[in-house]
Amino acid sequence: MSMASEGAQTSAEYIQHHLKNLQVCQNETGDWIWNHCSGNFWAINVDSMVFSVLLGLFLSVLFSRIAKNATTGRPGKMQAFVEIVIEFVNDSVKGTFHGKNAMIAPLALTVVTWVFMMNLMDLIPVDWLPFVAHAAGVEYLKVVPTTDPNITFAMSLSVFVLILFYSFKIKGIGGFVIGELMMNPLNPRDLGVPKIFWPFVCAFNFILETVALLAKPLSLSLRLFGNMYAGELMFILIALLGFLQLPLHFGWAVFHILIVTLQAYIFMMLTIVYLSQAHEAH
Amino acid sequence: MDLNATLIGQTIAMIVFVWFCMKFVWPPLLGMIEERQNEISEGLAAAEKGSRSLELAAVEKTKLLDEARGQAREIIDQANNRAGTIVDEARTTADGEGERILAAAHAEVEQEVNRAREELRGQVAAIAVAGAEKIISREINASTHQDLLDQLAQEI
Repeated sequence: MSMASEGAQTSAEYIQHHLKNLQVCQNETGDWIWNHCSGNFWAINVDSMVFSVLLGLFLSVLFSRIAKNATTGRPGKMQAFVEIVIEFVNDSVKGTFHGKNAMIAPLALTVVTWVFMMNLMDLIPVDWLPFVAHAAGVEYLKVVPTTDPNITFAMSLSVFVLILFYSFKIKGIGGFVIGELMMNPLNPRDLGVPKIFWPFVCAFNFILETVALLAKPLSLSLRLFGNMYAGELMFILIALLGFLQLPLHFGWAVFHILIVTLQAYIFMMLTIVYLSQAHEAH
Repeated sequence: MDLNATLIGQTIAMIVFVWFCMKFVWPPLLGMIEERQNEISEGLAAAEKGSRSLELAAVEKTKLLDEARGQAREIIDQANNRAGTIVDEARTTADGEGERILAAAHAEVEQEVNRAREELRGQVAAIAVAGAEKIISREINASTHQDLLDQLAQEI
């Protein structure tokens, strides 16, 4: 069922077609148009949004239903499964984050399950959903939301905002900007630097620490995006191989289960670690 | 691959889902898990307490049984002693009574014999007087020889 076999497409066209989001935006005259939106910031990637929100809704409904019917007695199979996930997240949070914050654990749960589900879309053979969409008259469809940098950046920037918020809240503006960004890693007081040179040391520290701070959301989102994008690209390339794709697809899919899980776990763990760093005074 | 408003849309979606999870998923589920953990540890503690009290009860039971056995033995011993005493007492009483009855009988017999002897003595005296009267009725006056007759009656 590979679209490459339709003949009209070259391999390059096939790959590019698969890597294009379904977009909608307003043109200069104010009309809503599909797919000719490059360069327009106000375009929306409809496929990424729809799939991520659908998966989020699925998880919310599932979890809230389990939560509503949960019993302390003998749990059902689904409740037991959700409990395992919750306990896993709770242990991860407790092992890393020692402050008091009612938001970290639910945030971690949301992040890990949601990213996992979005990553898991990668295991649906690359042509199935686009083929159905094509039959329904939709030109482009990218089914894995985490291969869209908008999605990963949105999540990592949200985490970044929380990092800044809690850094300022816990340490105060002076404590965070001066104490954490300017007096680290080279502390002029400990090094015995004369007062006159302090501004230079502090400026050096500030540049270094700011880069390190900005690297957090950037690496968080690009790691996830890069892994999933590369995995998706591998699936697309394998899909070009004709019958040979069957064993290769199987092999890559099995390996990809690991990546899917690992990336979701890493995203959650780093979120917890960054937020616990924001809560701890150095 | 350019960044666009999807960023904002996804941020809003994430805020909503995290808020939802914070409000409706995490607290009830974790609370439930912790409650169950408490229940399990309480159950285990209760079970341990139960088995400990069972052990205590077994010890108590043995003690009570031993005590009861001892008491029973004591009671039986007492009863045996008492029975022996009662039998001895009865025997002593019976012996005493028998001797008393025997003595009374002897006394009565003796009395009877004495009485009979007195009677006989009187009758013999009378008979002797009557005989002597018949024999020597003419010359012997009973009243003048009374002292002689009394002496005779004494000698019989």
